Amino acid sequence: MERSFFARNPSALIFILLLAAFTLGVTLLSEGFGMDVVSTSMVKTLGKTLCLCLVAVAMDLVWGYCGILSLGHFAFFGLGGYMIGMWLMYERTKAIVISATAGGPLPATPEEIREGIGVQIFGVVGGSEIPPIWYFADSLTIQLALVVLVPGLLALIFGWLAFRSRVAGVYLSILTQAMTLALSLYLFQNDSGLRGNNGLSGLQNLPGAENVPQTLISIYFLWASALALGLGYLLAAWVAGGKFGSVIRGIRDDEARVRFLGYHVEGYKLFVFTLTAVIAAIAGALYYPQAGIINPAEIAPIASIYLAVWVAIGGRGRLYGAVIGAALVSLVSTWFTGGQAPDIPLGFYTVQWVDWWLILLGLSFVLVTLFAPKGIGGLFDLIAGRGSPERHGADLGPDPGALREKEAEE
Amino acid sequence: MSTLLEVSGISVTFDGFRAINNLSFRIGEAELRAIIGPNGAGKTTFMDIVTGKTRPDEGRVIWGEKNVSLLKMSESQIARQGIGRKFQRPTVFEDQSVFDNLLMALKNDRGPFAVLTYRRSAEDADKVRALAEEIGLKAELPRKAGELAHGQKQWLEIGMLLAQEPRLLLVDEPAAGMSPAEREHTTALLVEAAKTRAVVVVEHDMEFVRRLGCKVTVFHEGSVLAEGSLDHVTANKDVIDVYLGR
Ligand SMILES: Nc1ncnc2c1ncn2[C@@H]1O[C@H](COP(=O)(O)OP(=O)(O)OP(=O)(O)O)[C@@H](O)[C@H]1O
Ligand SMILES: [Mg+2]
Repeated sequence: MERSFFARNPSALIFILLLAAFTLGVTLLSEGFGMDVVSTSMVKTLGKTLCLCLVAVAMDLVWGYCGILSLGHFAFFGLGGYMIGMWLMYERTKAIVISATAGGPLPATPEEIREGIGVQIFGVVGGSEIPPIWYFADSLTIQLALVVLVPGLLALIFGWLAFRSRVAGVYLSILTQAMTLALSLYLFQNDSGLRGNNGLSGLQNLPGAENVPQTLISIYFLWASALALGLGYLLAAWVAGGKFGSVIRGIRDDEARVRFLGYHVEGYKLFVFTLTAVIAAIAGALYYPQAGIINPAEIAPIASIYLAVWVAIGGRGRLYGAVIGAALVSLVSTWFTGGQAPDIPLGFYTVQWVDWWLILLGLSFVLVTLFAPKGIGGLFDLIAGRGSPERHGADLGPDPGALREKEAEE
Repeated sequence: MSTLLEVSGISVTFDGFRAINNLSFRIGEAELRAIIGPNGAGKTTFMDIVTGKTRPDEGRVIWGEKNVSLLKMSESQIARQGIGRKFQRPTVFEDQSVFDNLLMALKNDRGPFAVLTYRRSAEDADKVRALAEEIGLKAELPRKAGELAHGQKQWLEIGMLLAQEPRLLLVDEPAAGMSPAEREHTTALLVEAAKTRAVVVVEHDMEFVRRLGCKVTVFHEGSVLAEGSLDHVTANKDVIDVYLGR
């Protein structure tokens, strides 16, 4: 029989332990729960980073393992954010409207409340009607279901059309870029029903939790994000391990061969594409309440390209590589673009990192691609290879085979 | 002997060039057949058509006792009908272990959900080991396929074909680049395989074909030029002209 999941995936166990230690550490150091060393805004940044790590895990599964270079997964991430954002904004506005009318002689009728909500939310785009797509916005359950269903369905339909016609490689990448561009352009329109370029805002305020301070809410979201990342990581490790992983890596390396073995390659691609879209959507649904605002610029084509860059820098084809890449690059990026990085005066010119950071990122991407195709994750091979040469040698010897024989007798 | 595969009157044109020209071919169950022919005769294209990679412009490809047409099926459907194929260039999954390569090929449910929840049984592990024994790669099971020597990769690919338990095996130049000893092993593998299923071998090397000791079909310019025992076809005047007398 096969060994247990963690015995086959020791890196998954290490990852889960590190993630738990990290979450505990931040909690203890936080403003809300402990020693007040880590500020609430820092906790939010870290919580958001965990969500970015989760979408990077999804990207690694679809690109690093299955070989589909999707440059559109941030569309699913953003859609997930929009779906939960609708509920957050609607319910929050409803509470405001109700409390504003509370002083009147008569309690407000449901129609008046709806009207008030409409004006409050859609006044900025010159409307007061609540668009039909907000029909379920007062139901948390339904909006949570939509977090999974809307991006999942989009991925399913898009993937079905693309894979069925055997679109692959660069063409597929371009097609996914077109998809995310089209979606973002659509959402930019005021009559898209999602407030055009204003997007949805005030998402950090949880309806029904008005009395809970942000110091605590930020920690709850950190926990939720860590939990989602942990579960997503385990799911991805399970999918990418075992025979399914064998098949999708086969598709990545030689699609035609897998077909002649009798596997329906398109079905597998569609499965992985849709599954990772759903993971991305869940990551987005956790990210935007921490960010507080979502607008169509979030799903601009460049966002999905960044995602690929993170995974490439971290090392694709290994899940912890994707996590390292996303965490490192997004945190460093926050540091550089947040104005924290000191400018470098060169006398004749001052290097301002807000402008130069992108060039630095692009340069590191090129360097990693050229000189370290395995990314930062590849460093672990060096450490493992040097640190324990005996074990490395034994891997190639008869030992694992002997183990299998013993297993067979069981 | 009942017919397993019947190809009749197929033609294929690539950019105006007729690679296959009104070709007909049939093979029975448990038969070993060699296909020879000069470069560009259409041998690989013929296999492409049978396995669904290339669609013929005309003609029929009929399979099995139910006489189903393969022309409407996708590559993976055809493979699941029981047709296995080995490519001219050895194609194994270099990044994965020999064990995983064989396990992936092993006859089992091919659906994504079945594969996702697949748990390796002792029985399947035994099958993989037995196959590895047969192709002489037992000691290499945990190694990455990419680390194997060229000949070993060819055997691994043959092993992957056998793992599919196909009823028809199409093998394109299995002995290319092999040493004489390796060739002998390959011959033995194919002859053994043909005891229980149909095997079609494309090969340039006459010695190799002679050792297979089977009926030979000669392709030339996309059609069958001659068919019969090796001695019979090598005595054929046309064959001598186009192929042996080069
Ligand atoms: N996809 C294609 N597009 C254009 N021409 C092709 C294509 N596939 C094959 N051909 C041509 O068809 C002819 C037959 O090719 P094929 O590969 O079947 O020959 P072969 O008998 O396998 O030769 P070899 O012994 O060299 O492997 C060749 O002239 C080849 O150039
Ligand atoms: Mg050929």
